[in-house]
Order: sequence, then structure tokens, then C-alpha cells
Amino acid sequence: MDLSHIFNSKKIVSIAFSAVFLACTIFTSVAQEPVKVEEPHVSRSEMNAPHEEKEEDISATILHHIADSHEWHFWGEGDHSVSIPLPVILWSDNGLVTFLSNKHGHNDHGTEIFEEDGQKLINYHGKFYYPNAAKNAEGAYVELDENSVPTNAKPLDISITKNVVSLFISIIVLLVVFISIAKAYRKREGKAPKGLQSVLEPIILFVRDDIAKPQLGYRYAAFMPYLLTVFFFVWLNNLMGLIPFFPGGANLTGNISVTMMLALCTFVLTTVNGNKNYWGHVFKPHVPWWLYPLMIPVEIIGLFTKPIALMIRLFANITAGHILILSLISLIFILKSVLVAGIAVPFVIFISVIELVVGFIQAFIFTILSALFIGMAVEEHAEH
Amino acid sequence: MITGSIAGIGAGLAAIGAGIGIGQIGGKAMEGMARQPEAASKIQTAMLIAAAFVEAVALFGVVVAFLGTK
Repeated sequence: MDLSHIFNSKKIVSIAFSAVFLACTIFTSVAQEPVKVEEPHVSRSEMNAPHEEKEEDISATILHHIADSHEWHFWGEGDHSVSIPLPVILWSDNGLVTFLSNKHGHNDHGTEIFEEDGQKLINYHGKFYYPNAAKNAEGAYVELDENSVPTNAKPLDISITKNVVSLFISIIVLLVVFISIAKAYRKREGKAPKGLQSVLEPIILFVRDDIAKPQLGYRYAAFMPYLLTVFFFVWLNNLMGLIPFFPGGANLTGNISVTMMLALCTFVLTTVNGNKNYWGHVFKPHVPWWLYPLMIPVEIIGLFTKPIALMIRLFANITAGHILILSLISLIFILKSVLVAGIAVPFVIFISVIELVVGFIQAFIFTILSALFIGMAVEEHAEH
Repeated sequence: MITGSIAGIGAGLAAIGAGIGIGQIGGKAMEGMARQPEAASKIQTAMLIAAAFVEAVALFGVVVAFLGTK
């Protein structure tokens, strides 16, 4: 085979250049994941160098990384840390209390009482409590139960936390993208899609043809807005959770309150749209009458387990993925050897790529199960 | 001497169950797709749904184990 024409081509320089550039971008974008995640651990282990790095320390660090917080942390520890402070909004006994988190966020051991809008408060591990009258053995104004969770009363926390900011960002992205696409569809009706429209049209059609139509039949049109919203919301947030730096990294879909809200939307839609057949299945199942005392409670529990399973599935999948990546990075610090990085970092990259797939599959499964549950509720003929 | 929570064993058992379940689902789906390649997309969707149900049970186990370690 004669391949000389490839090398004689005038385009070879530009092709080679773009290939190298592409390889560099891919490499850096993949490499950013472990490097960024690593940073807090590096500084932490340096700080704790004289002490033994305990295993509890590492699991606490991992849990800290996947949890919500009152600031958006970038890098560094203690006084050298760089982060965006976020507003804290508390509904306390004295009414609304608001301040920026960097004002009182530095001492989070509960050893310092501060007063804001006439309300005395303490910051204990990132949460705000009413202080006790006396200090405990560690000098903090809290009383801990056996699981070292404070028993103090606390104000209602309705702060704009990291997760809430991430939620706002994803809402803005979704609105900008989908409003422009909707406009394009209206303007270019009957014509071929263009630009952003043609990027997302296959995915929108995938949701319609592979998720909505098979489960909902001819009634699919009424539920398309919800299914599309849920699909793109979950997918975008799964992907944003995997980005280790600013606009991402908030682990929104790995937060059980967020997944609970999503599952609740599906539950409400199922319950409101449930027809005679659906409720007949619950309260008058097709079994001999003497089985009713057993079957009716089971069916009623079944109504609630479906959304609860939806909630736990998304939450646990995303949280497990994040914990896995952070644990693999932590192996370097558990085994106290840089050589481990040679195995751990490639493995983290591998898991990160798998997480990209999991992010899509979980969005797909959440949407298809929502469609399935709604489909069961609106089905006209139960097949018996 | 090994210290730690017995919850880890529970999580491991849950993972064994899910492994067997998803292995069965994946294997049978693969067989089905080999026999009837034209039905591959339908089988794939059904396979993912079934796998999600199996996985959910394992994840319940992991979450309970996780809560148990506290």
C-alpha cells in the first residue's frame, strides 16, 4: 500500500499541530481530576506531618469533600485557604439572621461565641448552633451525644450553600441552552437544525423515542417537558459534580435532599395522574378477597417504595462514585508512599471515565423509571 | 489485630448479591442480543432497568452499612 500521499500533503503540519493540541487538552482535562482532588490532602498531610495520619482523619476528609458547605473552597488550608464566602441565612428565635460565612467561619470548633443581629451562635463543624451556658471538656459550648453529634438546639438553616449556588448555576445553564433551542425550533420550523440545536436534538429525540414513547404510549407528549427537564438536570449535575474546580465539584445529585425533591416530583405526578385502574390495583387487587388484608398494605407500601428507591439509587450511585475516587487518592496517604501514586492516579482516571458513563446511565435510569411509574399510573387496560 | 466495623462485611455481602444478579442479567441479555441482533436496543433498555432494580437493593445495603459505621 502506498501511503506517501499522506506525508506529502500540505495539510500535514496543521493536522499534526491540531493532533498535538487535542492530545494536550485531553490529557490536561483528564489529569486535572486527580491533581485537583489531591491538593487538600497534600497540604493536610504536610500540616499533620509530626502526627500520625490516622485513618479516621482520611474518612473525615473524604466525607468533608462530598458534603455541603457554607463556602466554596478552592485550595489551601486554614488561614491560607482561598474560597468564595457564601451568605448564611438563619431563621433563629430572634428572627432572620444573615451574614457572610467568612465573618464567623474560621473557628468551627464551637469554642467561640459570636453575636449577629442580637442572636448568640457558635459554629461547630460548619453548622450553626445555639451555644450552651458552659463549655465541655474540649472547650466548646456544645454537648455531644454518643455519636459525637451535638444535642444543642439550632436555628433553621436556609443558607445559600455551595450546593444551592451550584443548583443556581445549573438552572441558568439549562435555561439559557433550552430557551435558545426552543426559539430556534419555533423560528426554523420544518428546517434542518443548526448549531446548539443539532448537538442536543439527538439526545432530545432519544428521550422521546427510547424513554417516553415505549413507557407512556400515545400520552407521551404531556409528560415530555417533565422527563426532558429531569433528564438534563440530573445529567448536567452529575457531570458538574465530576469537575473538580469552580463551576462544578458541588456533588449536587449526591445530596439526598436534592434527589428526594426529584423523586417527590415523580411521586406527585404519579399520584395526581393515577387513574381508576391504578387505584383499583392498590385498593382492590386481583386476588381472592381473603388476601386483601395482606395485599392492600403491601400495595400501599409499594406506592412509597418506588420514589424512595429512585431517591436512594441516584444519591448512592453518585456518592459512591465520589467516595471511590477520593479513597483511591487517599491510598497514597494511607500507605505513605509516593510510589502508590503510580497505581492510584491512573486508576482514578479510569474510574473518572467510568463515572462519566455512570452519570449518563443514572440520568437515563432516573428518567426511564419516572416514565415507567407514570406509565403504570395512566395505563388504561391492566393486562390480565 | 484488625479493628473496624462489621458493617463493612454487610456491604460486601450486598455487593456479592448485586454481582450475581447483574451478572445474570448481563449474561442473559448478551445471549438474547446474539440470538436476535435486531432486538438489541430493546433488550439493552430492559437490561438497564432490571440492572437498576438489582443495583438499588445492593445500594440500600451499602447505605445501611455506611450509616452503621457511625
